Amino acid sequence: MFTVIGIMFAGIATGYLLRRVERLQKVGKPISYTIFLLLFLLGISVGANKEIVDNLVPLGGQALLLALAGTLGSVLAGWGVYHLFFKERSRR
Amino acid sequence: MKGSLIVVGFFTLGCLLGWSGCLPDAVVENDMTVYVLYLLMFQVGLSIGSDKKLKEILGSIRPKLLLVPFATLAGTLVFSALVSLLLTQWSVFDCLAVGSGFAYYSLSSILITQLKEPSLGVRLAAELGTIALMANIMREIMTLLCTPLFVKYFGRLSPICAGGATTMDTTLPIITRYSGKELVFVSIFHGIIVDFSVPFLVSFFCSL
Repeated sequence: MFTVIGIMFAGIATGYLLRRVERLQKVGKPISYTIFLLLFLLGISVGANKEIVDNLVPLGGQALLLALAGTLGSVLAGWGVYHLFFKERSRR
Repeated sequence: MKGSLIVVGFFTLGCLLGWSGCLPDAVVENDMTVYVLYLLMFQVGLSIGSDKKLKEILGSIRPKLLLVPFATLAGTLVFSALVSLLLTQWSVFDCLAVGSGFAYYSLSSILITQLKEPSLGVRLAAELGTIALMANIMREIMTLLCTPLFVKYFGRLSPICAGGATTMDTTLPIITRYSGKELVFVSIFHGIIVDFSVPFLVSFFCSL
């Protein structure tokens, strides 16, 4: 976990030193491609995990329900906090 | 929306390939996701470091930001407790323990399997642990796949709350891509707070 953040800070330092290089400003596209690759690999590890695939039907339904509840609950809370406390600042 | 569909497509393709077993073992066993994640984090770092508004972003960190992890904890726990009404075989505290994983699936599933064994028995504890593993993986995947939608309909903080403990690493790139670079430190800060709360909350709900 901290390796990941360390690498990002190394990237920040590199980006800061090279901030006058015009091409670096357009790094958004390659980021999307890397996200696609990451999800593809994540799919492979889920599909190849026998424990998950074998128990998908009986336990998966309950897991899905809990996952949906947790995600929905926090998304709604995040929406509330955004509108109550953060909206004006982001409009500026 | 188009971005989300492409991401779902790549993920599904990966699932099918992994499941079909037609991939060479070397691909499945050597987990390359970590290295791709590192590459992604470096790219995210580059884009932040070269951003001309970096100083403004750093100056935007406020105590008010504690509200974001608070919203995540409150929203998740309230809705997990509500779901226990539907899942009659598990108690409300079992559901809260699963919800307290906040997408940190490895830690939460191991903790639940071990801590619930004395009270539920080996088999049921392992079942609840597996549910925790799957539910929290699903939460991470939902965040990765639905972030563009969350931003569109629920504002820029919503994917950060959905991502739970993962917003400091795995879901950070997609959040900064769709919520905006200026939220990168909010996302990391949120991930750290939620991450540290996982072991405490999971153990607490398992003990009830």
